[in-house]
Amino acid sequence: MLKITNLHANIGDKEILKGINLEVKPGEIHAIMGPNGSGKSTLSSVIAGREDYEITAGHIDFEGEDLSDLDADERAHKGIFLSFQYPVEIPGVTVTNFIKTAINEIRKARGQEPMPANIMLKQMREKMGLLEIDSAFLSRSLNTGFSGGEKKRNEIFQMAMLDPKLAILDETDSGLDIDALRIVSNGVNKLKSEKNAIIVITHYQRLLDYIVPDFVHVLHQGRIVKSGDKSLAHELESKGYDWLKEEAAL
Amino acid sequence: MKTEESYLDEVTASEYKYGFYTDIESDKVPPGLNEDVIRIISAKKGEPQWMTDWRLDAYKQFLKMTEPEWANVHYTKPDLQAISFYSAPKRKKELESLDEVDPELLKTFAKLGISLDEQKRLSGVAMDVVVDSISVKTTFREKLGEMGIIFCSISDAIKDYPELVKKYLGTVVPRSDNFYAALNSAVFTDGSFCYIPKGVRCPMELSTYFRINEAGTGQFERTLLIADEGSYVSYLEGCTAPMRDENQLHAAVVELVALDDAEIKYSTVQNWYPGDKNGKGGVFNFVTKRGICERNAKISWTQVETGSAVTWKYPSCILKGENSVGEFYSVAVTNNYQQADTGTKMIHLGKNTKSTIISKGICAGKSNGSYRGLVKIGPRAENARNFSQCDSLLMGSSCGSHTFPYIETQNKSAKVEHEATTSKIGEDQIFYCKQRGIGEEEAIALIVNGYCKDVLNQLPMEFAVEAQKLLAISLEGSVG
Ligand SMILES: Nc1ncnc2c1ncn2[C@@H]1O[C@H](COP(=O)(O)OP(=O)(O)OP(=O)(O)O)[C@@H](O)[C@H]1O
Ligand SMILES: [Mg+2]
Repeated sequence: MLKITNLHANIGDKEILKGINLEVKPGEIHAIMGPNGSGKSTLSSVIAGREDYEITAGHIDFEGEDLSDLDADERAHKGIFLSFQYPVEIPGVTVTNFIKTAINEIRKARGQEPMPANIMLKQMREKMGLLEIDSAFLSRSLNTGFSGGEKKRNEIFQMAMLDPKLAILDETDSGLDIDALRIVSNGVNKLKSEKNAIIVITHYQRLLDYIVPDFVHVLHQGRIVKSGDKSLAHELESKGYDWLKEEAAL
Repeated sequence: MKTEESYLDEVTASEYKYGFYTDIESDKVPPGLNEDVIRIISAKKGEPQWMTDWRLDAYKQFLKMTEPEWANVHYTKPDLQAISFYSAPKRKKELESLDEVDPELLKTFAKLGISLDEQKRLSGVAMDVVVDSISVKTTFREKLGEMGIIFCSISDAIKDYPELVKKYLGTVVPRSDNFYAALNSAVFTDGSFCYIPKGVRCPMELSTYFRINEAGTGQFERTLLIADEGSYVSYLEGCTAPMRDENQLHAAVVELVALDDAEIKYSTVQNWYPGDKNGKGGVFNFVTKRGICERNAKISWTQVETGSAVTWKYPSCILKGENSVGEFYSVAVTNNYQQADTGTKMIHLGKNTKSTIISKGICAGKSNGSYRGLVKIGPRAENARNFSQCDSLLMGSSCGSHTFPYIETQNKSAKVEHEATTSKIGEDQIFYCKQRGIGEEEAIALIVNGYCKDVLNQLPMEFAVEAQKLLAISLEGSVG
């Protein structure tokens, strides 16, 4: 589904991604871990098509198609979704209006009619139930004045509504309290199928207790320095990153 | 790699979508202004002597005045001697139905996406369409007539309701008020008149579409709206102008009178031709709008301004009676080389008077937008209250926005609050939208509409939808 080959990316003159290789197949869950500043959010932004980054080498293929000529919105139309580490506030635009616009723009790009209001409403109710979201939430301005946890829950609500093929969750667990972490993780698990794939970026093992990864990768200074199965996350939890940094330096 | 700048340029470079010109035969007076021209106008409109004298008197005052220069706008002053001050579509008989309306005019409305018929049916709006200074059609008049509501052209009102017109015309905006108000008083050729009797709640929104349609014709409308004691009316004014490359002068005067316990809601969507991408052409819009509130009365002005090359406009309220309320909600968009100096004046004279000002400026391209607001608290205005919020949204870095709040307080018990913010549409906001599948153009429309929400919410439903479309058109157009 997603195939990243020797990806190098700069911001300004600074090289941040220094040769990433990663392959994600349908039905898989990949976890990406790594120290602060190692390039995890940069990688997710580059996959999503943020224009601030310049790709200097390598390429990203999604379902066999090179993404380099596609704008962020076109990538979203293909089914790529990013849950932001820092969701953005848009004052005056309600959650409902935002999601409605997103769904219908994606449908338009796919040559479909706008979603009938009653069906949209039904889906919203269902997903709100899944994520235990209060309906008053829908009429609030998008992310404006939301608590950290509310923002993250809203990201997953959008994911649930947009039903992407590939979802990248950038530190969705940070800011969530213990109950919310369980609710949101359960939600994500229910959205999981054989057809879609998820990349979770996290610093903590506890999220991976709920969303169990098939593969764990460690990103350090713009490179994947180690890949393994879920036991790698446990190892990191107890040993930290130092041993990997040393290995990488060799 | 596209920068924020470059795509903003791209999306703000839309052509004026409503630019077209309709051929309607018209009957014009030769260009220029003098007493004889005023007499001809008055005669062509079949006015009584008192009206002719009123105009001539205004003209005498006008001759003593000079064009104001304090506004933060720069333009070549229009040559009044080159303007034809009267032009009326040639009309043979009174029109009974839309079938009789000039087909060219109907085509024009079709291009605008505004069919009179549809407007009437869908929204229950009575329309008094002003094309090139004369009313072509007044609808719903009979139904309103049963309730004693008068809604007609100002010319008809001068003939049919001279007592009301004599009593109120020029009482809110005196002929000597300013250069353009004096000019308008001398030469106005049409506009609307509305009277709501005591205790009557006008059951439908009253609406007028103003258009400028004849090359070189200045348009001087005069609107007089009187809400008698305890009455209520919501009035909508909207306009679009055809593309043109010579400047067109528009100097309207609107007077609102809200007697004791009355309420007037006056909403405007203004979309005069703003000039092309290089700042050539476009309408000069110099408007004087003012309302007076008696005891417990309320006037609220809501405006969405997207057009004109140069705009100079300050809808104002004189809060004369105790407990009266004035409100001003405004969205002003400037793009390319547009210049706008708009705002409001809230003059608190009575006790316990309250005013609210919400102004949202949006500047794109190389445009310049200024907010100029005066809050004045008179010596007898015990416990007067004002709240002002003036926000500016900048798109790109070649535009400018300025805020000039003036506060004059002559009563210590007054409370005046002013808040102002300036923001930019963030690249991260646009990326967030795009990541969700919303294209740049749509994303900007969404963010801008969100920013203007407090103002758009004040508009009647159908008008709000139209206003959103206009905002989108004036800022976006075709990407790619
Ligand atoms: N706009 C920018 N300008 C300059 N440097 C940047 C910019 N964006 C990211 N960087 C740098 O790129 C590096 C990688 O940042 P990134 O946000 O991808 O890290 P991360 O792995 O997500 O870290 P964290 O775990 O703290 O979220 C950092 O050193 C960061 O300072
Ligand atoms: Mg990060």
